Amino acid sequence: MIFLELFITFFKIGLFTFGGGYAMIPLIQSEVLGKEWLLENELINFIAVSESTPGPFAINIATYVGSELGGILGSACATLGVVLPSFIIILIVAKFYLKFKTNKYIAGAMTGLRPAAIALIMSAVVSMALAVFFPAGFVVNYEFITSVIIFGIMLTLILCIKKIHPILLICLSAVLGIAAGYAQQLFVR
Amino acid sequence: MKNNKLKLLWQLFSSFFKIGLFTFGGGMAMIPFIQKETVEKHGWIEEKDILEILAISESTPGPIAVNTATFIGYQKAGVLGSAAATLGVVLPSFIIILIISTFLRQFQEIQAVQYAFAGIRAGVIALVIKALIKLYKSCPKNLISYIIIGLAFIAAVLGVNVIIIIICAGLIGIGTVLFARKEGKK
Repeated sequence: MIFLELFITFFKIGLFTFGGGYAMIPLIQSEVLGKEWLLENELINFIAVSESTPGPFAINIATYVGSELGGILGSACATLGVVLPSFIIILIVAKFYLKFKTNKYIAGAMTGLRPAAIALIMSAVVSMALAVFFPAGFVVNYEFITSVIIFGIMLTLILCIKKIHPILLICLSAVLGIAAGYAQQLFVR
Repeated sequence: MKNNKLKLLWQLFSSFFKIGLFTFGGGMAMIPFIQKETVEKHGWIEEKDILEILAISESTPGPIAVNTATFIGYQKAGVLGSAAATLGVVLPSFIIILIISTFLRQFQEIQAVQYAFAGIRAGVIALVIKALIKLYKSCPKNLISYIIIGLAFIAAVLGVNVIIIIICAGLIGIGTVLFARKEGKK
């Protein structure tokens, strides 16, 4: 049953995501792409959509996948699933606030979870880069060159201008992508 | 009395609805807005509480927005309050994405949009790298961190289940704390 499956899958994603937002990409890759609910490219497209719409990535992706698979009810199940673990855990924490704050084990677990989140996002970047730069195997073609150039420009902007807004970057890469696409139609063919 | 409670629930819901509606990108980007609504406007919490809530958010799973809403809601009006605040913060994204998802597939079939998304995908990788750098800066830089980063990365690339990697990393973290304590006692 798709509704229950959506709920359980996103409950798992919500429960095991530490470090916010993008730390959940690896788990989404293994759970959602693994079940073929989305393609890698669709996931990367949606990261951009989520950056340009309000709200946390977790809620946005759950609502989107849920609605693609099971309409409004599907998106409600997926969103409830992704929110419920945080909701329950924070309720417990709020009750034992002072004990939680000074708990050695939780602090200890975090010293392991933080570096793990970094490693998981690194592996997500590798897999996304493979999908974006080499969609059809390791060939150096027009699409590869333009993707690398756009990536290079965006990374330079991000590293040089600290407060640059993600939506601005997305718009800029969209414009560059359109320009590159039509340039290919005009000149390369 | 009953009216007051209803009013408080409504205030929690509407405040967090606004927070959910006006924060793009999620995460740390919503802090200033949360601060404005909950500290300055309603006085539900104090300025210093924000930092504590953030610390708790970071050591529990899930998005900061949801964690904060649940926490403040509970402190102000119990389980009902946390439900009202959490529903408020989730609803705007839910509605907006539901609308977008009805036409995103067809939209992506337009030629110009496909070109645009080809560019956007390259840009998104840069955005994720930025988030990665930020996370790295907040991570303690010691040998254990580097070892965990290395091992977890290799395991993830080799296709080990992400949940197993996370549980192992948490256990290693607890293990190092216990070990450090024992050493300290000697």
